[in-house]
Amino acid sequence: MSLILTLASRNLFHDRLRLVATVVGIVFSIVLVTVQLGVFLSFERMVTTMIDHAQADFWIVPAETRSFEESSLLSGRQRLQALSIDGVSAVVPVVVGYASWRKPNGGASTPVLVVGAPTTMAGLQPWNLVEGTADDLSTPDGVAIDRSYFEQLGIADIRERAEINNQKARVVAVTSGIRSFTTTPHVFASLARARAYLGVPPNRANYYVVRIAPTANAAVVRSRLINSLSDAEVLTADEFRHRTRVFWLFDTGAGAALLGSAILGIIVGTIIVAQTLYSSTKDHLKEFATLRAIGSSRNYILRVILAQALISAVVGFSIAVSIDLSLVKITRDAALPIVMTPELSIGLFALTIVMCAIAAVAAIRVVTRIDPVLVFAQ
Amino acid sequence: MTETMIEATDIGMALGEGPGRVNALKGITLSLAGGELTLLMGPSGSGKTTLLSVLGCMLSPTSGNVRIRGRSTSGLSAEQLAQVRREHVGFVFQSYHLFPTLTAAENVRLALDVRGDHALEARAKAGKALATVGLSHKANAFPRALSGGEQQRVAVARAIVGDASVILADEPTAALDSENGQAVMTVLAEIAKDPARATFIVTHDPRIMPFADRILRIEDGRIVSDQRGGADVRILHALKYAS
Repeated sequence: MSLILTLASRNLFHDRLRLVATVVGIVFSIVLVTVQLGVFLSFERMVTTMIDHAQADFWIVPAETRSFEESSLLSGRQRLQALSIDGVSAVVPVVVGYASWRKPNGGASTPVLVVGAPTTMAGLQPWNLVEGTADDLSTPDGVAIDRSYFEQLGIADIRERAEINNQKARVVAVTSGIRSFTTTPHVFASLARARAYLGVPPNRANYYVVRIAPTANAAVVRSRLINSLSDAEVLTADEFRHRTRVFWLFDTGAGAALLGSAILGIIVGTIIVAQTLYSSTKDHLKEFATLRAIGSSRNYILRVILAQALISAVVGFSIAVSIDLSLVKITRDAALPIVMTPELSIGLFALTIVMCAIAAVAAIRVVTRIDPVLVFAQ
Repeated sequence: MTETMIEATDIGMALGEGPGRVNALKGITLSLAGGELTLLMGPSGSGKTTLLSVLGCMLSPTSGNVRIRGRSTSGLSAEQLAQVRREHVGFVFQSYHLFPTLTAAENVRLALDVRGDHALEARAKAGKALATVGLSHKANAFPRALSGGEQQRVAVARAIVGDASVILADEPTAALDSENGQAVMTVLAEIAKDPARATFIVTHDPRIMPFADRILRIEDGRIVSDQRGGADVRILHALKYAS
């Protein structure tokens, strides 16, 4: 094995204080980037959770709909038009809207997002049910909420009663892990109850979830739907997800803020690593001049510097990942948990390497200008 | 007949720019033969280190030509000169310039590592070079655990490990006491006997004159004397120099 790694690692570990500064810089940077990107990913997933769990081949949405949470209403005629298309097997209405939840004890109201769909048709029903069933939503005033919002909604147990927009509601089913990316909890109800809560006229809905026959050609059916519907768009689930993400992540500025913080983390980390690598190189200038004097190529010296940067990257990344995993565990049940995917981990490792390599540029500039005659200076 | 390892012809070297420009070397011509230990002596500022730098391909002369084993170094780029150094030149510096984070064996091996030699082979050669300078037992010691004399012997081992054609030493005993200086010179004189290697030492130290086969004196950038002879001549020369 070449001495490059030996020389690089011993140069690093020889000056432990500087190594600590370098590693702290990398750890700070990577943890900050992970938190921001982890929250970004989490946010990205959560804003589309309803779309992800709907059994839809297509979504019929009002024209210019920007996100799942915000839309105008479609007419009942549009549903009938969609049902008349060859290859369409079901058109399931979905009603969505914000409402006010009054706690059972009469305390302050809190906003909720009511999601209503037929309980008898596969379309968009609550999932991860831990108490009750989706069919229970068809009982009078029945609603389903997530247990993580019990406290916020003033609910202690299933079967408790509350009010939504001054109308009766009774918790008949409880889900687990259906979190909202805002502080507004989701409340599932039957289509009729949701319309009543939200004041949506009968036969109207915010969306129609379209399912096609197994033998139907999806592209042909979609084309027919587009041609027959006016003032509405026909989107695939992926398109609706993309539109919702773009709205929440970029149109609102939330995603840009997260990405901005991540970029700031990268910049700060790069500067810290660059500064410590540069000063380390300056301290070892005579040694690099000696290397040059005994005939080493510039390439050999560059590899020593880069190896120092990469060793720092590996050490820093290892510590940062340990901290990141702890943060993932701690925030697992939070409103906006930090998500760590294998792709994100690999990406972060690559980012750490690139960051440290870029940080080595200043040090490399110093050593490429080194004059071997320096070894004769006393 | 011994082979000429290095040949310098009409070397001129100007340092600095404008009014501060100094001609450090003025038409120096010399050749160094294998198996010979040559001392270069002269007062401070006479051009000793500049000549050493030019012969060692660290500086390109302003005029003239340096040939190492018959190969001209004129017009070579910095990278090409580095290649000449790693293949043909071994350096011994006054301040040793060992890497404090590497062991003695690793310091020696470094001269082969920069050439891309295979690690196993390099380890064996480094061990042999350390044995040559009598430091096999210190192979795993770091420089801070070695005396000045031992550090300089490690530096000598680093200079010879790659079978350099020329060993260039800059004041190798200046930082050592008499005993360690003698020990280092004994090693250098021994390795200088190899006919495949020329040894050239820049020094102020008259104590090492008895080790020389040839003594050059430089003044004001010119070689002013070139003496060869047996031990008696060298000792007389040393006495004269000392007085």
